[in-house]
Amino acid sequence: MTTTAAPLDVAALRADFPILSRTVRDGKRLVYLDSGATSQRPTQVMDAERAFLEQHNAAVHRGAHQLAEEATDAYEGARQRIAEFVGASFGELVFTKNATEGFNLVAYAMGNAATSGPESSRFVLNPGDEIVVTEMEHHANLVPWQQVAQRTGAVLKWFRLGQDGRLDLSDVDSVITPRTKVVAFTHQSNVTGVINPVDVLVAAAQKVGALTVLDACQSVPHSTVDFHALGVDFAAFSGHKMLGPSGIGVLYGRRELLEALPPFITGGSMIELVKMEGSTFAPPPQRFEAGSPMTSQAVGLGAAVDYLSIVGMERVHAHEHALTVAALEGLRAVPGVRLLGPQDAVDRGGAVPFEIEGVHPHDAGQVLDSLGIAVRVGHHCAWPLHRCLNAQSSVRASFYLYNTLDEVDALVDGVREAQKFFGVA
Amino acid sequence: MQLQQMYQEIILDHYKNPHGRGLRDPFDAESFQVNPTCGDEVTLRVHLVGDLVKDVSYDGQGCSISQASTSVLTDLVVGKPVGEAFEKMDAFVELMQGRGKVEPDEDVLEDGIAFAGVAKYPARVKCALLGWMAFKDAVARSQGAA
Repeated sequence: MTTTAAPLDVAALRADFPILSRTVRDGKRLVYLDSGATSQRPTQVMDAERAFLEQHNAAVHRGAHQLAEEATDAYEGARQRIAEFVGASFGELVFTKNATEGFNLVAYAMGNAATSGPESSRFVLNPGDEIVVTEMEHHANLVPWQQVAQRTGAVLKWFRLGQDGRLDLSDVDSVITPRTKVVAFTHQSNVTGVINPVDVLVAAAQKVGALTVLDACQSVPHSTVDFHALGVDFAAFSGHKMLGPSGIGVLYGRRELLEALPPFITGGSMIELVKMEGSTFAPPPQRFEAGSPMTSQAVGLGAAVDYLSIVGMERVHAHEHALTVAALEGLRAVPGVRLLGPQDAVDRGGAVPFEIEGVHPHDAGQVLDSLGIAVRVGHHCAWPLHRCLNAQSSVRASFYLYNTLDEVDALVDGVREAQKFFGVA
Repeated sequence: MQLQQMYQEIILDHYKNPHGRGLRDPFDAESFQVNPTCGDEVTLRVHLVGDLVKDVSYDGQGCSISQASTSVLTDLVVGKPVGEAFEKMDAFVELMQGRGKVEPDEDVLEDGIAFAGVAKYPARVKCALLGWMAFKDAVARSQGAA
């Protein structure tokens, strides 16, 4: 993406994130390169949560007292701002405990469709129906589909990874067929940062009347995302990866679909009428928010979205792109380092996975940690993807708006240090 | 430096020159263990003759800690009665779960005492125990089959 906006003033931004100025492991400056797993939070987000708890805390959507009214306004106000941030309408966002719950909500609700009313018939999965995923998925957008396939007799199919580390869509019309009911795929890989061509997959799915489910966990925090413009049917993302609190995720669903989708978790708050013999359900989004919901977390996520909006998502994306280019260049120059996935920064977010010959990722991560550098090691909840990349596991550096080129240099130096420590340099 | 505390020379030696590595026949039972957080895996075989651990052989993919601790395991248990091998296992598990507060007994654990520093890193304790869990499971399987 190109942008004409002024670059980020990263030094000023960093002052908003108190944790970035702490030291770790005997006084080492913290170099936090694990935002793909969870991001750090600015004081604005923490202050918003605290202010809510100090002034307005109450259970939402119940009670007639003033605090209940204020809490409900804060909760629904956050929903409104988050909806605007992702190009959705107010009633199209459901708060979940995390993105994983969002994917499970769709998969389980579809599994429930067979025993629900006629309005949900379009979601029914019959034996022989097909669910399409990709080899690139995070387990969160894979395992729920494996499970619903097992329960319903639907068949799981998937797009393969090409040699270049991107999805091989050359067979799109043989993978997505008239039997396809769901196409679930990631917007941006949490391992390689690869940004998938949503338009191609949405067009193929729409041609056969299949529903699309987008994993937006790594795209919404790092770039401008407009769900209406993308044309996806469902999408999920998490709060803690976008400067917000943990314990809150968001499921987006096109209004007409949410209207017809049967519930997943049932109980209080999500009902319309309850009798001993049975119940009817509230319209969305309440239908999908059973029980007392998270409140200060929603307020915090609203503040995170405000923060990101002020910074500007195009600038965030451009900044991370520069860091990714620098990291790819720096690591490529180290003999013995193998970059996994695409070797370039085209259509790619700020994640760089790699292996070091002769140094297991866990051990590399330990050396980096001793230098104050926090990275992710392992398979990052994308085991099938690692098999495709011929890697048992990897080291992943992932960037956010508060990272600097100096930190990329520290990573590259740290990799050389790991090689020295294990005697392979 | 903390790193040297964790990666004692003994550990690095076992990692680079592992003892008893490779899968061998004969064996009575085999166990496959995997650490789901990182994908590290070990396949380990035991061969018992009566009450004696006659051979332990293994293969696997993993970090220096998991590979070295499995190498040390073979030194500690091969040629020992099962009861004594399990005593060593219990001592090693206690050491690893001790958060660095357990004083290891070199007479019992020999090279295994080098892992005392690893116990200070909770994320790595599973690595150190991977081979031992495979050993425990394989012995249980061979005794169950007997």
